[in-house]
Amino acid sequence: MSAPPQANATLPRLSVTLALHRGQPINGPDADAGGFALDVSFTIGDGPTFLRGPNGAGKTTLLRAILGLEPLDHGRVVLGSRTLVDTARAIDLPPEARDIGWVPQGAALFPHLSALGNVAFAAPLVDAMAVLAQVGAAHLAHRSARVLSGGERQRVALARALVRRPSLLLLDEPLSALDPAARAGLRTLLAGLLPSLAIPSLVVTHDAADIAALGGPILELDNGRLAPS
Amino acid sequence: MRPVSPRSRRERQLALVLGLPLLLLLTVPLVGLVFYAGPSALAAGLAHPATTQALVLSLATSLAALLVIIALGTPLAWWLARGGRGTGIVETLVDLPVVLPPAVLGLALLLVLGREGMLGKLFGLELAFTPAAVVLVQVVVAAPFYVQSATAAFRALDPEQLAVARTLGARPAKVFLRIALPLARGGLFAGALLAWARALGEFGATLLFAGNFPGTTQTLPIAIYTALEVDPHAAQAMAMVLLVTALTLLVSVRLLRGSPRVAR
Repeated sequence: MSAPPQANATLPRLSVTLALHRGQPINGPDADAGGFALDVSFTIGDGPTFLRGPNGAGKTTLLRAILGLEPLDHGRVVLGSRTLVDTARAIDLPPEARDIGWVPQGAALFPHLSALGNVAFAAPLVDAMAVLAQVGAAHLAHRSARVLSGGERQRVALARALVRRPSLLLLDEPLSALDPAARAGLRTLLAGLLPSLAIPSLVVTHDAADIAALGGPILELDNGRLAPS
Repeated sequence: MRPVSPRSRRERQLALVLGLPLLLLLTVPLVGLVFYAGPSALAAGLAHPATTQALVLSLATSLAALLVIIALGTPLAWWLARGGRGTGIVETLVDLPVVLPPAVLGLALLLVLGREGMLGKLFGLELAFTPAAVVLVQVVVAAPFYVQSATAAFRALDPEQLAVARTLGARPAKVFLRIALPLARGGLFAGALLAWARALGEFGATLLFAGNFPGTTQTLPIAIYTALEVDPHAAQAMAMVLLVTALTLLVSVRLLRGSPRVAR
């Protein structure tokens, strides 16, 4: 997991400027009675950055837009030296070419596969096993994804997101649905892991304790816009 | 199961009593068939040369139809499940053969694809009254059952799981083969069995478009109809063969639908 250190550590690693809108109410946590618009611009560096805001603010939609899962009205996302999308230059990499690790809310493990099968979906078995061990889930390798607890699911999903050594990590409320013990365990894991990855990570969370434990800048999203920091 | 109060138990009993005549109407004729024909008729029916010929033709054509239905119906169901513009209309069109009388379908096929039909004349088709015509009819009448079931199975997939697979570097084809297909396979299988049963039992449209020629277009249901006047015992025996086949298929569908893998 050790990438060579950047020549300039303060270089913005992820730069996002994008706008999108939806005319109709959508499913999921961002569901709203009327239309919805997202219009944001920010840059973040290596290590964790937090994305905070009320339900329906557009946090999940923002992550999905960065991943290439939501069509943009216009905008530009640059990750390191790679342009992922630039509507002005008609660049739009598909999700499979963006090199981003994603842990959606609820983990979204592939239920028909084992924990190891989930991580090895897109990587060699040895790598999958190593990353499972790294997140403290080696003992779960051969368990079916269906029978894992909430905390175990998050760990396996984290391993799956990391196994291809992505250039960016997006975590959507990784701790919110967990009981206190599992939450504390995963928080400790993330606090050790995220700064060591040498990539930017964007963590959606509501919890001040999580932010205090992990440490990092905060982006405040409300009604599709970032609050001035 | 929730505990059942005495009152709701009485309500359920009343509902069953009211529904009983229908249940009897559905089952008594079939029980009667088994009683009249007897289990020995099944063996005799299978041994009868006319039955074997019709049974082989029925199996061959219905399996060929099933292959066509799966090959073409799976992509259509995937498209329907993704939703969007036009899916409502297409779904209605797909369902239409289920509610249309087979005679109407047979006539329509004859008018369009028959030797003197619109497309038949244009392309010089010699389709009508051939085994290919039997397959074609079976595809038309049975495909809706597969497409409906496959669409429902694809719709039940978690779009987030499919999206995660994409972010892991998988192209849409790999996502479909490795995630969507395994997770939907119970519904696809159940749909395939229902479609096969429908293809196997097809009668009216086949008679109109494919005719009644032993060895080429005389499927088992048509053979039953033909044998009824000359050899009622043979007809009963063939009916027994179809009944047992249908029952086996239906039980398989129920077992598949009930399995936890399908229910997720």
